[in-house]
Amino acid sequence: MKLIEQFEAGLFFWQAIILVLMLVLLRKFAWKPIMNAIQDREEGIENALKAAEKAKSEMQNITADNKKILKEAKLEREAILKEANALKSSTIEEAKEEAKAEASKIIEQAKQAIEQEKQAAISEIKKQVADLSIEIASKLVKENLSSDKKQLELVDTLLSDIDLKK
Amino acid sequence: MNTIGGLVAGLIVIGAGLGLGKIGGSAMDAIARQPEAAGKIQTAMIIIAALLEGVAFAALFAG
Amino acid sequence: MAKTAFSKIVFIVLFVSLPLLGFAYSGEVKDAVQHEQADELTSKQKIKKFIEHHLKDSHDFNFITEKTGEDSHGEAQYKHYGFSLPIILWDNGVKVFMSSKFHHGETLAELNGAFYKLYHGIIYKTDAQGTISYDDHDHPTNDRPLDMSITKNVTMMLFTLALMFVLFGGLARGYKKGPIPTGAGRVLEPLVLYVRDEIAIPNIGKKKYKRFMPFLLSVFFFIWILNLLGLTPLGVNVTGNIAITACLALFTFLVTQFSGNKAYWKHIFWMPDVPVLMKIALIPVELLGILTKPFALMIRLYANISAGHIVVMSLLALIYSFKSWVAGPSFFFLTFFISIIEILVAFLQAFIFTMLSSLFIGSAVADHDDH
Repeated sequence: MKLIEQFEAGLFFWQAIILVLMLVLLRKFAWKPIMNAIQDREEGIENALKAAEKAKSEMQNITADNKKILKEAKLEREAILKEANALKSSTIEEAKEEAKAEASKIIEQAKQAIEQEKQAAISEIKKQVADLSIEIASKLVKENLSSDKKQLELVDTLLSDIDLKK
Repeated sequence: MNTIGGLVAGLIVIGAGLGLGKIGGSAMDAIARQPEAAGKIQTAMIIIAALLEGVAFAALFAG
Repeated sequence: MAKTAFSKIVFIVLFVSLPLLGFAYSGEVKDAVQHEQADELTSKQKIKKFIEHHLKDSHDFNFITEKTGEDSHGEAQYKHYGFSLPIILWDNGVKVFMSSKFHHGETLAELNGAFYKLYHGIIYKTDAQGTISYDDHDHPTNDRPLDMSITKNVTMMLFTLALMFVLFGGLARGYKKGPIPTGAGRVLEPLVLYVRDEIAIPNIGKKKYKRFMPFLLSVFFFIWILNLLGLTPLGVNVTGNIAITACLALFTFLVTQFSGNKAYWKHIFWMPDVPVLMKIALIPVELLGILTKPFALMIRLYANISAGHIVVMSLLALIYSFKSWVAGPSFFFLTFFISIIEILVAFLQAFIFTMLSSLFIGSAVADHDDH
């Protein structure tokens, strides 16, 4: 009952006014903006976290893709290299063959030319020999063909000679 | 008159003390059993202790 | 996170206010013991009187009272350091004057032919001689005008309102510059979050807590700041005043009743799932429950803070009662220790008041799906 004696109506009145004032003022100028700002920030953080999570998973996907692409590229490169190697060796082989063929062809041609030259030379020599022989023969004939007999003898010997030469 | 009031106040304090002790003890047990729920148990403990305290004070002032 | 930040703040407040605390109280108590030495009161009675005086509201803001000497009749003369406050009386019209007119109760205040006397902190109407008549229990029987003065406690509440406006208005403005507060806001934001995450959301629920946040935050910081100011050398006791706690409890009561939903009222007037006779029997019980909840809030805060002040001041008074080299330091350290506990209690009481308020509000807005 002492408590009721201690109750001061004036204090109660002022306290009520101050409390209402506080609720109205602080609600408008402090609590609302603070709570909104905090909520906005929390939402922002949550969104950022979600975005980061998404980016991470996307990144993982991209890395996986990259790995796949890299592997494919490696395989392709190997295949290309292999092909190139094969091509190279075959080209060399071909070139070698061709060169060989060319060389033998040239040799053959050379041989033929040599043969031809030889034949030509021989036929030239033969011709000259024949010419010379005829010359010699004509000279001898001029000298020795005084008689018929002698002429015949000579022809025979000449003929036999030619046979022998051959 | 004053002596009786003092005696009553003492009794109230004994009762409240026992009650608070029981609350605190039980809360400690609960926290020991489930340390991960310590926060919730503490909050519940404080609320119950506050209610008990309220009753004790009311009795003190009435007495 | 919020908890560590909070404990840091507690320690900061603790170390800032503690050194001042002891001096302030010791000054006051010393004065009390020496006060009215000429009277036949025992020192025990004097201390009791002084503590009672401290717990009460005052019409002027007095920091220190110094005994300057004695006059020719052997009565002690005092010099008061402080300032006077406006007095507003409702007695056949509003009467406003400064409390300096009373000269700390030594003189009468005369206004338009009416005389007022300040007697033990209460203003009485008297005759021109300032006669106070007493009843059997030594209580004055004079008429009392309706006292609406801006007392010490009202001043402190206005100061708290201004302080909160500066602090939290600043915090709110800080958010316009960026999402993270700077300066004092770094300390205040965790506290706001603490109230939201530890008090409002667990008790009211995630969906409905927002509407009650302004009320809970205002009440929490109002009580906490005033509790802490009560521990400072200002020597005020605002939250340990029954009118203050009654008003706070009344607000919680009103908020609870006005936000109560259909299920809440149904549980009071027609409890579901019980026999009809029980329903009728439960109505008065539930109605009583509505009233006891804010009543408990009121008593708890008042009693806790008052008890804290009484304990601290009694312990300090013991130093001056014993007047010995052993008792002095030991009681000083005991008081020091109690003061630290009081700082914790200052927070705890604000926390419990807000917590119980949100619990009551939570029960009024709950959906009661579980029944």
